[in-house]
Amino acid sequence: MSLTLAPADWLSLLLHFMGLSLLAVGGAISVVPGMHRYLVLQQGWLTDSQFTSSVALAQIAPGPNVLFVVLMGWNVGVNAGGTHWALLGALLCLLGIVLPSSILTLFATRWAQRNQKHRGVRAFKQGMTPLVVALLISTAWLLITPSISSQTSWTFWLLGIVALLVLWRTRVHLLWVLAAGAVLGATGLV
Amino acid sequence: MNKTHTMEAPVLARPTSLLDLFWSFSLLALQGFGGVMAITQRELVERKRWLSREGFLEDWAVAQILPGPNVVNLAVMLGDRYMGTKGALVSVAGLFVFPFLIVVALAIGFASVSHLPQVQGAMRGMGLVVAALIATTALKLIPALRTHPGGQVFCVLAGVATFVCIVVFQWALIWVLLLVGGLSCLWTYHRLQPMKTAQEPTP
Repeated sequence: MSLTLAPADWLSLLLHFMGLSLLAVGGAISVVPGMHRYLVLQQGWLTDSQFTSSVALAQIAPGPNVLFVVLMGWNVGVNAGGTHWALLGALLCLLGIVLPSSILTLFATRWAQRNQKHRGVRAFKQGMTPLVVALLISTAWLLITPSISSQTSWTFWLLGIVALLVLWRTRVHLLWVLAAGAVLGATGLV
Repeated sequence: MNKTHTMEAPVLARPTSLLDLFWSFSLLALQGFGGVMAITQRELVERKRWLSREGFLEDWAVAQILPGPNVVNLAVMLGDRYMGTKGALVSVAGLFVFPFLIVVALAIGFASVSHLPQVQGAMRGMGLVVAALIATTALKLIPALRTHPGGQVFCVLAGVATFVCIVVFQWALIWVLLLVGGLSCLWTYHRLQPMKTAQEPTP
């Protein structure tokens, strides 16, 4: 795919991601459908498979989940004809998704910090904590559902339980456990 | 009940400089595969002891309810708390500088191998480990709910309701946060006694 993007298009890309930033309640992953509509359906700057691989590849790179927007911007730039455009796209998408919400967070939490003895502020902060724990468990569940089918071998569940116990009860570094998972997955054992 | 575990106890450590903030968040980001939340708990609570478990849960809840990437919001909050706007900037930069370079390098290299079944299998295995890590984080945070003002039964109910709404009903997160979270906050508000004035504020 090759495109020509005018400066106004790059600006539009930035502004669109800035808007999504303020809608991303619950994290950047919750506005992925919005990005898909904009980049793939509306503008035609990415193919469907480029979009999907942008999200998937970011999962195996270290760093915040939101890095998948870097790959979206990168691929838009690649389609527009070169590495320098790719870098521009990557930076614009990252800045767009990070900047507005960060500024909001800065001021909102300063306000909350000043009013932290206020019963409403404490009720809000503590009231959300059971949900945070439940959302973690939900996320873990949602992450493994694509891998679960009638053909899922017992070794898959065994690895899951062993990984859980190792990470919960020992101080073994995460990278070793990840490496073990990668090797077992690559050799087709799980 | 009115013991304020929400306040930072003096035993907690804190970052010593802007550089310390930058490297701490860089290190944390570089260890975070498939998201940084779980590793954040491990690094900031267990290793660096900048936060207590209770404090982490509360800060994380706030980072999550505000729009934007959660771990970025947390970096903004902590950076600002310790060293103001500069601290917030440096923390966020720490999160992104190295992962940005790595993910771009990966994009360049991955294009040629992504079709291999071994690569797809490796990604599946790593995904499972990431899921286990996230579940572990939840397990470690559960004890912090014992002192929750709403009571333990309430915490279990709110947690189960959240899981069911997300996983079974597949509601958009915002509705879960508004409905279950809203009810949860109201109940917590009801159970919190108005705070006696002699609390020392955090710095």
